[in-house]
Amino acid sequence: MTETMINLTIDSEHIQVPKGTTVLKAAEKLGIHIPRLCYHPKLSLEGACRICVVQVEGFSSFLTACSHEVWEGMSVQTNSPEIRQARRDIVELLLDNHPMDCQTCDRDGQCELQRQAYRLGVRERHFEGKRKRFPIDDQSESVVRTPEKCILCGRCIRVCEEVQGVHNLSQHGRGFETVVGPANLGPMDDSACIQCGQCINVCPTAAFLEKDHTERVWEALAMPRDKKHIVVQPAPSIRAAIGECFGLPIGTPVTGKLITALRRLGFDAVFDTNFGADLTIIEEANEFLRRMNGEGPLPLLTSCSPGWVSFMEKFYPEMIPHTSTCKSPMSMLSTLSKTHYAEKKGLSPDQIYMVGIMPCVAKKFEAARPEHAMEDGTPYTDAVLTTRELAWMIKSYGIDFVNLPDGEFDRPLGISSGAADIFGATGGVMEAALRTAAVKLTGDELGPLVFEDVRGVTGLKEASITLAGKEINIAVSNGLTNAKTVLEAIKSGEKQYHLVEIMACPGGCVAGGGQPYPPFSMDVLDPELGRLRAKALYRIDSDKQLRRSHENPAIEHLYAEYLGEPNGEKAHHLLHTHYHARMPRGIK
Amino acid sequence: MSATNTDNWLEIKAAAEAALPANVVEFIASLNGTLHSESHLIAILHLVQAETGWLSTEQMEAVAQLAQIPLAKVTGVATFYHYFRLQPRGKHMINVCLGTACYVKGADKISQRLMDNLGIQFGETTKDGMFSLESTRCLGTCGLAPVVMIDDQVHGPVTPGEVSLILERYLKKDKAAPKA
Repeated sequence: MTETMINLTIDSEHIQVPKGTTVLKAAEKLGIHIPRLCYHPKLSLEGACRICVVQVEGFSSFLTACSHEVWEGMSVQTNSPEIRQARRDIVELLLDNHPMDCQTCDRDGQCELQRQAYRLGVRERHFEGKRKRFPIDDQSESVVRTPEKCILCGRCIRVCEEVQGVHNLSQHGRGFETVVGPANLGPMDDSACIQCGQCINVCPTAAFLEKDHTERVWEALAMPRDKKHIVVQPAPSIRAAIGECFGLPIGTPVTGKLITALRRLGFDAVFDTNFGADLTIIEEANEFLRRMNGEGPLPLLTSCSPGWVSFMEKFYPEMIPHTSTCKSPMSMLSTLSKTHYAEKKGLSPDQIYMVGIMPCVAKKFEAARPEHAMEDGTPYTDAVLTTRELAWMIKSYGIDFVNLPDGEFDRPLGISSGAADIFGATGGVMEAALRTAAVKLTGDELGPLVFEDVRGVTGLKEASITLAGKEINIAVSNGLTNAKTVLEAIKSGEKQYHLVEIMACPGGCVAGGGQPYPPFSMDVLDPELGRLRAKALYRIDSDKQLRRSHENPAIEHLYAEYLGEPNGEKAHHLLHTHYHARMPRGIK
Repeated sequence: MSATNTDNWLEIKAAAEAALPANVVEFIASLNGTLHSESHLIAILHLVQAETGWLSTEQMEAVAQLAQIPLAKVTGVATFYHYFRLQPRGKHMINVCLGTACYVKGADKISQRLMDNLGIQFGETTKDGMFSLESTRCLGTCGLAPVVMIDDQVHGPVTPGEVSLILERYLKKDKAAPKA
């Protein structure tokens, strides 16, 4: 069927677009970026902010470009003096109900409201009036909510509902008193929130932010070294994204510069979460093979993503027996650092201060879980910085990141295979597990390396792979609405999977809730963003000699010297965890 | 690993059913599985309030679970509509008419006196649970403006000075005939 084409003019330029195109999209085709705040291409239409208004011939009032579809013969003005004035007025009115503390705000320079105000030419304030006052909610381990900064665009509500299926946020009250928050406007801490942080990513202002851990890390770094030994571990996705914060193109791998920057900041040892990822694969592949042999229920669901784990505990506690008991790579490495590494160094566990650099805000929650604490209650991971927080620390210190020489991770907890690097991409954990499982099942050391079926940023992928005559059905999902689809299909018996990878964030860790805000030319949730960052990880992987987790000599050595057998008693004690149904129970 | 049952749904369902009047539970059950059952949220909340006079957090949580409507949506709707009460209703319901005629005749002064005397704002209930204060629009008795309606009794015209006398009368009446 051929598309019906519509002819219209925008700012006197003639353009032809398919029927159903919105004025906003049609203008983009002409290279005109109509300002927007509530609009987001990956979310449903809200039409709340009104700053995308345009003038249409024959209409006495302005129309919103985001919500009106073009029609034949339409004539649109995007920049008449009246429109420019109307947009300025709208932004001014938003500013008048806003704290206006840009200089001391976390989103200074990266705030869409600030940018629109400048772009539209708001230079004076005409309407200063009453301002809404709401308390800050910083009780959650991961997400801080500052409703005074909210402009009621509703993006957070929509991402939480449409992308994550969590439905934790809603507008409460009415008129001037309207406020966005979890049920009953209670604390995020005691809500259905799963700490994924996607609300932070889509918020145009600083109404949602990650819980700050930079202060405690600066304090740790300033401690006398005979008292504390400060250890850091960056997750795979950091090396593929942090360069963006320093002006490098999206998808530039910067592992070496990242390591040097961490050393300059004063960390005593720079380990690699990748080591934990390789270890996770050994433990998880063994767990999987045991379950394939009838020990435990199938499918096995991965457990690396703390947002997903939290979602599972709140929304699908019945899936606890299916979820891998493996700790996440971060928690495995933190545990080893405060046990084995501490012993070897002659340090007591409490002398070690462990900082995780994560693309994730839910990792802050994971680090604080009592399951991931030592017997005396101190956590194995003392602080978790998001990519954004670390980038800020590097800038704050004054380190010229782009021109740093390449550094190397400390050994042995910094040695890793390429299978670990790809953990950051959706499908990466699956591919890493399959690389090892293939060798274990077939006995062929040169088993398949690349599993194309599980690559790519699609929200839900499935495949059947035959290994040693056994057919293995797998599924890979990212974004929790997709996880729901998979889980419901498993529960109803419609699908018989053996192994399922679930990541909470759309696109996987590379697009996690703690990753850099994209440049203004790009929308967060744009699959291209995840694709470019993932490409960097696949490149690092293909450039490595070691491609399979079990080939990592440091891992082999660790089992021989310390852990014993994979899934053995010691490994189980140190590297595995447990889950419990969490309240409030979410609505599926 | 044994396939232990980690599902808490039956416990949650039982607790939710216990938190709501039987007819509400029945109504929600009759909706389950029907097309757009979530669109009956307002009807469900009406029913709860009709039974118990107000919507408690516990009841809204129970509605969310039984009707499988996200709790944030339930409380979002409940806080949007003026009609829904989020605090227990006092023994006596005071409605101050803020319609045009009453307003012109000084309903604002009456309102202020009531708030001062009772120590509460509109939409609230006194600590002793005796009075709830609400405002209303025209009651159709403009000839008596300004009007205050307490339960189903209309008082008017009311002067600010009479406010405490009227309240006193209700308190006395309750003392004389204490009823559980």
